[in-house]
Amino acid sequence: MTMDQSTPYFPTYRREIRAGLRDIAPVAVAAVPIGLLFGAVAAAKGLSTLEVAMMSASVFAGGAQFAVIEAWTYPVPIAALTFATLLINARHVLMGASLGPKMKVTGIQRLIAFFFLTDEAWALSERRALERPVTGAYWAAMALVLWANWTLSTMLGAVLGSFMGDPARIGADFAFTALFIGLVAGFGRSRVTLVTVGVSAAVAALVHHFIGAPWHVASGALAGIAAAYLAAPGGARP
Amino acid sequence: MSLDTPTLLAIVAMAVVTYLTRIAGLLVADRLVLTGRAKAAFDAIPPAVLVSVIAPTALTTGWAEAIAAAVTAVVAFRLPLLATIAVGVVSVVVLRNVI
Repeated sequence: MTMDQSTPYFPTYRREIRAGLRDIAPVAVAAVPIGLLFGAVAAAKGLSTLEVAMMSASVFAGGAQFAVIEAWTYPVPIAALTFATLLINARHVLMGASLGPKMKVTGIQRLIAFFFLTDEAWALSERRALERPVTGAYWAAMALVLWANWTLSTMLGAVLGSFMGDPARIGADFAFTALFIGLVAGFGRSRVTLVTVGVSAAVAALVHHFIGAPWHVASGALAGIAAAYLAAPGGARP
Repeated sequence: MSLDTPTLLAIVAMAVVTYLTRIAGLLVADRLVLTGRAKAAFDAIPPAVLVSVIAPTALTTGWAEAIAAAVTAVVAFRLPLLATIAVGVVSVVVLRNVI
């Protein structure tokens, strides 16, 4: 995949690729067990290895994939799962709006490059953009490593998971809950965040109990978002 | 290797909406400046969704899961992600055997 017009052996181009590989390496290593876990959980929910690979390669968004798999039932509630995906990935709009103007990539290449937008590649690129422009070579190196890493590790997890049997036996079913608690902690302990988390948890648990999956995801999320809107200091606009 | 049609449709729909969120930011880059309550609401989306997904498992499955979730939440502010997951899994296994 070419995302940069420079000739492949131009030193700057190689340096950009090397910088991308160096920055993404620790992220890719940390993502392997998470990918294995996703594949195993998805296999336990009834997805085939091929379906897991297709989802990881085409959706390529860990948070949304985990959320959807947790709520996955048969018959597949396509509309509810798609809406949950949209809600979780809505943050991409703000991330793209911020990073887009800082990237030295234009036209169709931009549309290809942003298919690979992830929290991790975004955060690393925003940091790099403080010092120098983000080139297509730098982005492509990170994007392709993360994408191949995620697709392969989730596939492997699906293969291994189907041999492992019931994930509850070794507490692997709870790994997913622990992962999400860890991710939520990353958003801090501000008053607005605590209100959001409390309201979402309560509404989601009640809806799940009285109405059922997967509607607890959308209703809990919307309640938390509304709570954040009300809890935030409003009024003054610059 | 099998491929189920509703599953395939769900995957395609997920991929399409995800891709739209990824490129939508490029189109609104100059116009999207959220402030005040609107920004707080937008920033709240990821934690609100993540919590909603796990709330039934964490709160209404049983005491073992609820206590393990509380333990995990406490260590989550101090340990890296993988260590947090390990603490959560170990505590739920222990609690399920004790309770």
